[in-house]
Formats: sequence, C-alpha cells, structure tokens
Amino acid sequence: MIYKEPRFLSGGDCAIFVELGDSIDPDVNQRVRNLKMSLEKAEVPGVVESVPTYRSLLIYFTPLQINAAKLRQTVCHLLQSTTVAELPKRKLIEIPATYGGDFGPDLELVARHNNLSAAEVVRIHGNVRYLIYMLGFMPGFPYLGGMSPEIATPRKTTPRLKIPAGSVGIAGNQTGIYPAESPGGWQIIGRTPLELFHPNQEPPSILQAGDYLSFVSITPEEFARIKEAVRNGTYRLNERLID
Amino acid sequence: MEVFEVIQPGPLTTVQDLGRFGYQQYGVPTSGALDNYAFRIGNLLVGNDEGAASLEITLFGCQLRALQDTKVAVTGADMAARINDEPASSWESQPVKSGDVLSFLRLNSGCRAYLAIAGGIDVTPVMKSASTYTKAGIGGFGGRPLRQGDIVKARVDAVSAAEARLPVKYIPVYKNQITLRVILGPQDDCFTEKGIYTLFNSEYIVSAQADRMGYRLEGPPVQHRDGADIISDGIPLGAVQVPGDGLPIILLADRQTTGGYTKIATVISVDIPRIAQAKPGDRVKFQRVTEGQAVALLRKYEQQMEAIKSNLHA
Repeated sequence: MIYKEPRFLSGGDCAIFVELGDSIDPDVNQRVRNLKMSLEKAEVPGVVESVPTYRSLLIYFTPLQINAAKLRQTVCHLLQSTTVAELPKRKLIEIPATYGGDFGPDLELVARHNNLSAAEVVRIHGNVRYLIYMLGFMPGFPYLGGMSPEIATPRKTTPRLKIPAGSVGIAGNQTGIYPAESPGGWQIIGRTPLELFHPNQEPPSILQAGDYLSFVSITPEEFARIKEAVRNGTYRLNERLID
Repeated sequence: MEVFEVIQPGPLTTVQDLGRFGYQQYGVPTSGALDNYAFRIGNLLVGNDEGAASLEITLFGCQLRALQDTKVAVTGADMAARINDEPASSWESQPVKSGDVLSFLRLNSGCRAYLAIAGGIDVTPVMKSASTYTKAGIGGFGGRPLRQGDIVKARVDAVSAAEARLPVKYIPVYKNQITLRVILGPQDDCFTEKGIYTLFNSEYIVSAQADRMGYRLEGPPVQHRDGADIISDGIPLGAVQVPGDGLPIILLADRQTTGGYTKIATVISVDIPRIAQAKPGDRVKFQRVTEGQAVALLRKYEQQMEAIKSNLHA
C-alpha cells in the first residue's frame, strides 16, 4: 500500500531514504521510479545520486550544499507536483533465452518439483511481463516481480561455485538473470546470449529499475547467432515503449 | 609517462580515486579510497587535484621501482616507508629518482596507506572513475589489484620541485581502540531497547572479515524486535547492518548497493576514515550523535581541508 505521506529515514549525514509504501507492489514501485525521474529532471544542487529499490528511494546528497530539511521539502514538492505524463514511458525489453540442456541444467528439476513438463515450465516462465523492481546484488542484476507461483522452486541446498553469465534462474518465487559469472544457489533453467551489463556503455545496464522484460525462448542455434551479433556490436535489442 | 614498475604488489594494492558516482542505480558500488582524508591530502602534497587517482596499499605494503624522476607522498597508515635504504617521511612530498626503490618495512599503525604520485595515476576511467572494484573487475588495472611487473603511469611529463609537508597537527593518530559516531536509522525501529542499549554500551572487535566491502564486528549480539529481514533497500556508506546473528557489519566503499538486512545506524562521514584505518583485532565502540552534530563536524572537516590546501599552496 502507498503511504499517504512519505516516510523519511536517516541514512547518515549524506543520505536519506524516502519510503513510499509498506510492501513489494508495482504501484509503490512506480512511485519510486517517478520520484527518481522527477528528482533527476529537477537537477537539485547538492543531490549526488539516487538508488531506487522496491519501495524506497535512497538519495545521496552533500549536506554542505543542501540541508536535509530542504531536501525533504523538495521531495515532498516533487511527489505532489509531478504528473506521470511528464515522465519518460516505461520500456518492455525482450530477453531471448535458451532453456534446458547445458543452458539450463535445472530445468528438469524445476519441472519435477512442480509436477510439470519442461515445456510447460518454459511456457509459464516466458508468458509474463516481469517488472524490474530494482537492480542490485551485483552490477546489472535485476530483481524481477511477476513470476508464476506454479514454477516456484527453492534454492539449491549447496550453491554452485560458478554460474555462467546470462544464466536465468529461479529462487523460491523469484526469477532473475546473472549478468556476470558468479557463484550462486539459484535453480538455473536457461541462459540469454545478451550482455546485460557493459561497463563501457552509457548507461552500462540495458535494464533499468521500473522497466519491464519478457523472455522469448530461442534454439541453441539462435543463441549462437545472437551471441555472435552481440560480440560484433550488430545485435539490436528488441524493446518498445509501453503505457 | 611510466613512473613505477611493481616489484612486489603486497596483499592488496589498488588504484582508487574519490569513487564512482551515479551508477549505484545499476548495482555498481561507488568504490573509491576508503580513507578519503589521507587520500585527498596525499594528492594535495604532490600538487594534484585532491581526487587524482592514487594507490591504496593495504596492511603490509608493496615494493615499487621508479622508472623516472618523480615526486610522491605517502599518507595514511604508517608502514615504515623507505626509499632505497633510507626511511621516507610520511605526510610530506618526497622526490624520487629513476631507479629508486620504494618499499615498506612493516605495519606500525593504521591499515591502509596511500601513495600519491605527481600528476596522478593514468588509467582509463570506467564509468567516469579510476577506482578499482575487484569483485566485478571494473576500473584501475583491468579491475584487479596490482601484480608484479605492472607499470604504473602518471599523467604529467614535468614534475615541479616544490616541496610540501602537512603540519603535524593535521596528522591523524591511528589507535587500536576507536569510538565511531553514528546517527540512528534507517531501521532502528526493528531493534529492541535492549538491542540499542547493547550497541552503545559494548565494545566490539574487528573480525578477520574486514575488507573494502565491510567490517564484520564480534561482540555482544544486538537484539532485533522481530527478525533481521526487511524489504531490500539501498545501503548508504557507513551503514551498520545487523543480520540475524545480531553482529554488526559496517559497510564501506565496495558494499553492495542494496540489501535485505536491517540497518540500525550509519557511521557519520568524518568517522569513515577512522574505521577504514582499523584492522582485525582493533576495538570499536559506538556513540550516538544527531544529524546536526554530524553536519557541523563535516563542515569543520571540510574547512580544515580548505585550510590545509591554502597552507600547502602558500
């Protein structure tokens, strides 16, 4: 639920949390996105950067340039005055992924756990617009909302030491994508040939908090072709604006 | 200009600047020098901008051979710096001749030394910063600590001969027992009164798990009201996170940008350099201050930095 009044929480002398609701909820998260965008648009002197999460925005600032009281006032003003029409629309980004086999070694396990066939898991996983609630944990890692409980599966009891970059996984009732190779306990059902995070591009992440993504199942041959195109810089991301 | 060759890199020597800002929204930590006081002063001593890229040298030093005549300043932890066989003074500029070997004998106090080099270290910025974030392989020397054989480059050809020394009154003393001032929040309401009392009336010990990401402390557990899990939110610099075991972790420059554990308080800005110079085994106490007090201390800190600047440039 969205709070009537924002809650301001201390993050020390150079940071302040603006908490806008009490739950993981798309409407609350949209308010967070809107506040971040209107804050950026307002170019408030003394604001360094801000980090959107599920239900709050952490604003870093320089207190010698703008004091916390003034910043709180500015935030309240932005929350009241900004209309959604003034903000950029959300994007829906298509993530091609190859499911099963070496690309998704846990697909069968997820299917068995939920008394489904592998094909049904792929269909259920791909049949959703996932909200990117926030990025965190590692550069470019999306926290996604919207996965069907029909394919929820607990994490592995012993995490894998190495999960390849691009792996698509399930942990409990969440799904996510590993932008870089990492250890991890998620059940890996597929892999995307896209590079979610490029340190040398601006912005470095193709995913942004507040946007949506969807998965499209591709064959291993298409995986190889897209991977090559990504490497050559000729791949065009399939994305469009949505309301 | 090639200025140093790494003979021996030490346990962890990385290129850092004041940090990488604007990318936490994508999950990229700021990184940057953990002790920004020693870092900024090092640069000022060699005539650089205070944010020029420098080396952050951890615990037991490193060994470098000069490839050119240059000027350096060693600040921060006292690691018994030497140029060839002679002791090299810290907190002042030091001329170095081509062929000289800069080394460190032992750790006397503190945890991290900074080596500022005239002109600043020349590395390709990644996301507008030279800072190294080793966990994701970003910045500095290909995202990794220095290795034997690496060549450190600086951004200038000519080095001024001007010498500079930091007045003694501005040189910090690193003790094995520190009191960190904190502001309560953001989740102090997730702790019992007893838990908050414990935090402010106990002595904690810096555990072996203390690095650029954060310092895990050992000592009396801080009691939660109703568990340690929250809906994940951002993690400010200096956040005192308390996970389920009740033992505080102070989160620093390489911290994850977001997290799902309660944060009871935040170390104030001017005390970040003090925890950055603590090492495993050191003792930490917490003291509560208000936001107003913290900002007043920060103002004083920056005024002192300005005074140092004009003093050095006089």
